[in-house]
Amino acid sequence: MIIGALLGEGWAAMRANRLRTSLTMLGMVFGVGAVIMMLAIGQGAQLMVNESIASMGSNLFIVLSGSTTAGGLRQGSGTVPTLTLDDAQAISELPEIAAVAPTFSNTAQLIYAASNWSTLVSGTTPAFLDVREWTVSSGEAFSDSDVRSATRVLLMGQTVVRNLFGDENPVGKMVRVKNSPFLVLGVLAPKGQSLDGRDQDDTVFIPITTAQRQLFGTEFPGMVRFIMVKAKSAEVMDRAEQGINELLRARHRINERQEDDFTVRNLTAVTQAAAGTTKAMATMLGAIASVSLLVGGIGIMNIMLVSVTERTREIGIRMAIGARQRDILLQFLFEAVMISLAGSLIGVMLGIASAYFFSHFNDALVVVTLSSVVLAFGVAVAVGVFFGFYPARKAANLKPIEALRFQ
Amino acid sequence: MEGPLISVSGLSKYYLENMPVLKDINFSIDSGEFVAIMGHSGSGKSTLMNILGCLDTPTGGHYYLEGRDTAALNADELALLRNRLIGFVFQGFNLLPRSSILDNIGLPLLYAGKSKAERREKALLMLDRIGLAGFGERKPNQLSGGQQQRVAIARALVTDPKLILADEPTGNLDTQTGEDIMKIFHVLNEDHNITIILVTHEADIAAHAKRLIRVVDGRIASDQPS
Repeated sequence: MIIGALLGEGWAAMRANRLRTSLTMLGMVFGVGAVIMMLAIGQGAQLMVNESIASMGSNLFIVLSGSTTAGGLRQGSGTVPTLTLDDAQAISELPEIAAVAPTFSNTAQLIYAASNWSTLVSGTTPAFLDVREWTVSSGEAFSDSDVRSATRVLLMGQTVVRNLFGDENPVGKMVRVKNSPFLVLGVLAPKGQSLDGRDQDDTVFIPITTAQRQLFGTEFPGMVRFIMVKAKSAEVMDRAEQGINELLRARHRINERQEDDFTVRNLTAVTQAAAGTTKAMATMLGAIASVSLLVGGIGIMNIMLVSVTERTREIGIRMAIGARQRDILLQFLFEAVMISLAGSLIGVMLGIASAYFFSHFNDALVVVTLSSVVLAFGVAVAVGVFFGFYPARKAANLKPIEALRFQ
Repeated sequence: MEGPLISVSGLSKYYLENMPVLKDINFSIDSGEFVAIMGHSGSGKSTLMNILGCLDTPTGGHYYLEGRDTAALNADELALLRNRLIGFVFQGFNLLPRSSILDNIGLPLLYAGKSKAERREKALLMLDRIGLAGFGERKPNQLSGGQQQRVAIARALVTDPKLILADEPTGNLDTQTGEDIMKIFHVLNEDHNITIILVTHEADIAAHAKRLIRVVDGRIASDQPS
């Protein structure tokens, strides 16, 4: 039979029972709509997590100093000042390491003109830009010579810029940090929220030596709070971790029976777990939504079975005048697929609309990808064929005389 | 062509064991004949006609159509035979209620694989021949019974069949309209040399045929020219 005629027959049958067709289509509308919306939300969440991961930097370790034990009370990590700039230097010479950023940070009050703002002031080395995969959006970063001479310069995060300067360009201006004047050398590009919701742009960076010697003071010279370490690739992460452990144990003269006085944490593993969770959530959302697609398909099958029974006599007439089994099969299959296609078309639009509606009111990121639309569409056609096949075959297998005699 | 158009030998049909609807039927019909199969309701005449129309299959015996044993054909081959060789006219017209008159007439051509333009052209021609030009876009229920039966005849003729099978074609019509329909059959038989088999229980309708086969209790009681 010719495609045009099949479409015509299908359309005529759909129009003949408008209410019934609409209700059947509604099953597909909600099924496809739900799949599209859930995929959009899931993919949006994944994108958000991936952005957070990218903003933190990849292949990252953080080396924390150990804990103190004072009178039976054990303090947390970082309470014993065991890490030094020399440790950082030694780590950076390991073959698996790409960059190292020793950090000495504390909160401090910043003052510019009539504005003031308390923020995290991190003393570090210029390598932190590489480690955190961060860029300077205006002005320039401080250099190794600034670190050597402990100059009073700083790099400012976007949130601090907004709170201290508003619309003014801070580059070249002087701000006071704990009443010491500092020159704003540059402004960092925005990074957004970290995985745990911290605002990564609410911070300033100064040379580590400035922080140690002039701003905060240290228990002993060269002490750092933690060292951020970036490995050369994801493949060498394990070897890098082992290397850092061995190196620091040797440098700190820890014998075999003693515990480490430092902790090496693999940040990438944490983020990968977060990414895995989000992906599982997205998959689960999609799976739940697919169930409604299945229900929609069953609705189509149900209505097609009714339609075949109702039109048994019509099938008999068609067979009497020469319709082959294939012609009847295709006619009913086309009808089922047309219902599911029309339903999915509306469903796609509804799904996209509700996804954006959802993002508008929930402040969540949604991503409608072409592939999810194609997927939902493809599945809908498959559902139409799958659930339309049984009724269509039932129609095609009718005996002409029995169909014709049916009242 | 050689041999009879229809040849039936030892044909029987059982729906239940020991309850023959048709038993040991033998006859042949040549091309161009006008035959009436007559019998009371329940005599088996309709079953015979359904077998002749390849809508039903016999339980025993053989039915040769154009020399081919129909028992050897599968469902699609039988559909092809019905499409190319046979035109049906039913008591209840059996038009598709949702389709227009033109689409109803052209439907057999759809299953013959003809294009939309061809179907329309041929259907318009047939519509003109049955005197219903201008009614093409109407639906069957907008026509009278006689008009609907003429449409059914047009549909039966649209593939230029050799054989028309009419099952009580006048049963739902008044006498005058019935006579009009019978006149069309005469024209088809005499002017177009189409073989016509008419199933009826009315003697005056059967009298239009040139040969009369009487069926009583599933057997042929008589077979003679009328």
